[in-house]
Amino acid sequence: MSYITKPVARHKGTRINALGLTMRDYEGSMSTLCAGCGHDSVTAALIQSFFELDVEPHRVAKLSGIGCSSKTPTYFIREAHGFNSVHGRMPSIAAGANAANKDLLYVGISGDGDSLSIGLGQFCHAIRRNVNMLYVLENNGVYGLTKGQFSASADVGTKSKQGEVNQQGPIDPVNLALTLGATFVARSFSGDKAQLVPILKAGFAHRGFAFVDVISPCVTFNDHVGSTKSYAHTRTHMHEVVETDFVPIRSEIRTAYAEGSARAVKMHDGSTLHLRKVAEDYDPTNRVAVIEYLGGVVARGEVPTGLLYLAEAGADMHEFSQTVDRPLVDLPYETLCPGSGALAELQKEWW
Amino acid sequence: MVDGSRYGVNDFALKIATVNGTGSASANGLLLQALFRMGIPVSGKNVFPSNIQGLPTWYEIRVNKDGYTARSPDFQLVVAMNPQSYARDIEEVVSGGWILYDDTKKLDDELRRDDVTFLGLPLAEMCVDEFEGSRTRILMKNITYVGALVALLDIDMDVVKGMLEEKFSAKKHLMDANFKAIDMGHRAAEERFDCPLPIRLESMDKTKDCVMVTGNAAAALGCVYAGATVGAWYPITPSTSLMDGFTEYCERFRVDEATGQKNFCIIQAEDELAAAGMVIGAGWMGARAFTPTSGPGISLMSEFIGLAYYAEIPSVFFDVQRTGPSTGMPTRTQQGDLMLCAYASHGDTKHIVLFPADPKECFELAVAAFDLAERFQTPTFVVSDLDIGMNDWMIPRLEWDDDYRPDRGKVLSAEELEEAETFYRYLDVDGDHIPYRTLPGVHPKGAYFARGSGHDKYGRYTEGSAEYIEVVDRILRKVESAGDHVPQPELFTAGSSSGRAAAAGDGSIGLVSIGGCHWAVLEARDELATRGVNVDYLRVRAFPFNQTVEDFLASHDRVFVIEQNRDEQLRKLLLIETDCPKEKLTSITYYGGQPLSKGHVLEGLAEHIDILEQPVTAGVAS
Repeated sequence: MSYITKPVARHKGTRINALGLTMRDYEGSMSTLCAGCGHDSVTAALIQSFFELDVEPHRVAKLSGIGCSSKTPTYFIREAHGFNSVHGRMPSIAAGANAANKDLLYVGISGDGDSLSIGLGQFCHAIRRNVNMLYVLENNGVYGLTKGQFSASADVGTKSKQGEVNQQGPIDPVNLALTLGATFVARSFSGDKAQLVPILKAGFAHRGFAFVDVISPCVTFNDHVGSTKSYAHTRTHMHEVVETDFVPIRSEIRTAYAEGSARAVKMHDGSTLHLRKVAEDYDPTNRVAVIEYLGGVVARGEVPTGLLYLAEAGADMHEFSQTVDRPLVDLPYETLCPGSGALAELQKEWW
Repeated sequence: MVDGSRYGVNDFALKIATVNGTGSASANGLLLQALFRMGIPVSGKNVFPSNIQGLPTWYEIRVNKDGYTARSPDFQLVVAMNPQSYARDIEEVVSGGWILYDDTKKLDDELRRDDVTFLGLPLAEMCVDEFEGSRTRILMKNITYVGALVALLDIDMDVVKGMLEEKFSAKKHLMDANFKAIDMGHRAAEERFDCPLPIRLESMDKTKDCVMVTGNAAAALGCVYAGATVGAWYPITPSTSLMDGFTEYCERFRVDEATGQKNFCIIQAEDELAAAGMVIGAGWMGARAFTPTSGPGISLMSEFIGLAYYAEIPSVFFDVQRTGPSTGMPTRTQQGDLMLCAYASHGDTKHIVLFPADPKECFELAVAAFDLAERFQTPTFVVSDLDIGMNDWMIPRLEWDDDYRPDRGKVLSAEELEEAETFYRYLDVDGDHIPYRTLPGVHPKGAYFARGSGHDKYGRYTEGSAEYIEVVDRILRKVESAGDHVPQPELFTAGSSSGRAAAAGDGSIGLVSIGGCHWAVLEARDELATRGVNVDYLRVRAFPFNQTVEDFLASHDRVFVIEQNRDEQLRKLLLIETDCPKEKLTSITYYGGQPLSKGHVLEGLAEHIDILEQPVTAGVAS
């Protein structure tokens, strides 16, 4: 059960990060998801990312909606506040929380039902608002908790466990996010931690809405032959468009890149991203070209992955609102109340 | 028909009928402001369509030397400027009254009445002759009828011109045009009519400690003074001007002059669901956050309201009620959301709800709402209505105690958490049903998982009966205990020795009302007293009800509940939440969309009890 805490034991040779914490310090309760669920791999990748980024656990805010994916924030960073909200409405909670306290590291976990059906509107508007957060969509094409109905991301022609064939066109969240002006758009696969972890870390470093669509197979309802969201299908149809290396602040670049093969991007927090194009002529900063290129990949029945689009600059919600640098929750009341003198003065205008 | 002759100096009502989108609102505002500056108690009610341009719109002004400001539907004077609505407008003048109209076009004989005086002025023709451009001619026609009213009602011309000078000090050409129009209307009326009319104005000294303001502006200012930093909203009539006000006052008081940076964040959400989510997200972080909306918005927010109730997150909701159900009549007033707000959301829920009666209370109760929301860690509602929210009300000048500090409730600091052995979010440590709260980012020991799913007192997910019941029972006791901390009802007892106590059978009679009904009830009660009938009166100001309400119901044999909805919602709330027997309470309802009038109250009472020496006929129109 989700409230069963894991024993904390430290072994010799355990890796320790700059804060003196181990990977275990970023874990949460035991997962209650099915054995082999893709979501647990995403949780593991998040834990590794937090650990490697030396994140202070209590400076993270974890948010989710409703569904299997939305249960997972309990499975990482037990020392962080979490908010399991209502179905499809996590983006608005995140926007309000971020408005109040801009200094925390926000991570929102959602699913394809949560983000693309009941919460499609909030998902879109969080992108438009460019809320500074990492938004992970654990995408498996089905409703798991209600036993296997197609979700809005199910591909045309994909088969349910009972053999029903989906006929309605899917909502592609990557395409949608690109169209809406998202400033960071990535797709990965829960079965490819080597690709996923650098993308998650880059997402944390990005200022603004960092969107990561993670194909995360449902072993119980959508991992059979005929499903386009199964482990097997995703492995064989993954098309890595961009390889990403994340270099944190103050770390050396250890990998040697052949000249012209990698593009270095300085992130807002001082870290560096190296994007290596697998495809020739792919420019991950050209939104129009990215949409066109990915359209071609998807049309061939392949699943494009990698950090697909990155806008190097862009105002986030606070810049739109011109709020003070200090988090609003930290402002003393005395700086917020105009006082009796101002009230008397104002009322002179009230006729 | 009411005899118009019994009204006179500083005691009458007039109605101005125009077309919306033609600039008449500023002319009518000018008129209201002039009367206020003459020191005469006055109230203005804007009766407008849900439309941008072209439909009939009305503005009602009541002047009353005794200070009664409730709506009066007995119009001694109608300014009929809209041929579309002539028939209805002419019909509404009381017998013996006057109709000022534009006789550029001859009035249809069928519309004429023998018992009223028609005052025709060729206003359109005058403006065509004197002004250039169709827009200017339309705008100036409004100012011209104000000029005519200055003569007819003996309004102080210096006051009017002084206001125009203030308004147009930076725009000389507009000031000149307005002066010309005012003088033109004034001169034309003086030349043609016997000015002033018997209904007229005389300067008084009754407004010097007062201001004129709308409830929405006052509520917005309350949010600023309470220290709210996050406001989220979706535009909806009649609450939009509340966020407009918050924006205006924040831009004025909360912007760093040097950097232009803002000590607030206002988010226009994609819908009311998101607006509620933002408020709850900000409340979770520890900010004072609110959303203004109306009934349809509360319907949409209800899922989130249940979450905030169960996860115990402070959040403030303003419901400026309009006429329901569904879209209803968006520009008409009602008190149809009492039940909705008291129990918003599915499952067992109950909320703190405050009911201001005027803009002064909108200001004060807005501040109180943030304190209650944080103290009791729960959604708190301020429920006003279109009449209070959007109309200009004369109220005593607002005051502020500079020693006020927000009641943040039981929030643990980093130091307290550092010293604490353990922290559990929903544990009733002090036995007052209110658990301790922690804010994200403060201390690792304070971390917990806020959720709308079943949880035990330690904040852990549960599907266990006993663990679930323990938490929801505590929450019920917590919200009910708020009854001792919400604003007390206002109580008026019949202390007069000259009159007899109102009686039904052998017992005593009490009145109960809520919100904006108050002013009509007060006026009706005074009228009863002049007829020798004294009744006690209690105005409910908050839910959950407290002992004062219970005692009032218990100590009267028969209680009339005056409210503005069809379904007797206040009466039903009282029956659900107090020990009062059903047969004791009788509702007097009016729900046609206009603000309540004295006549509604008196006529309603007369249906049930013989308390009047003469039948009531006045003040029940529409």
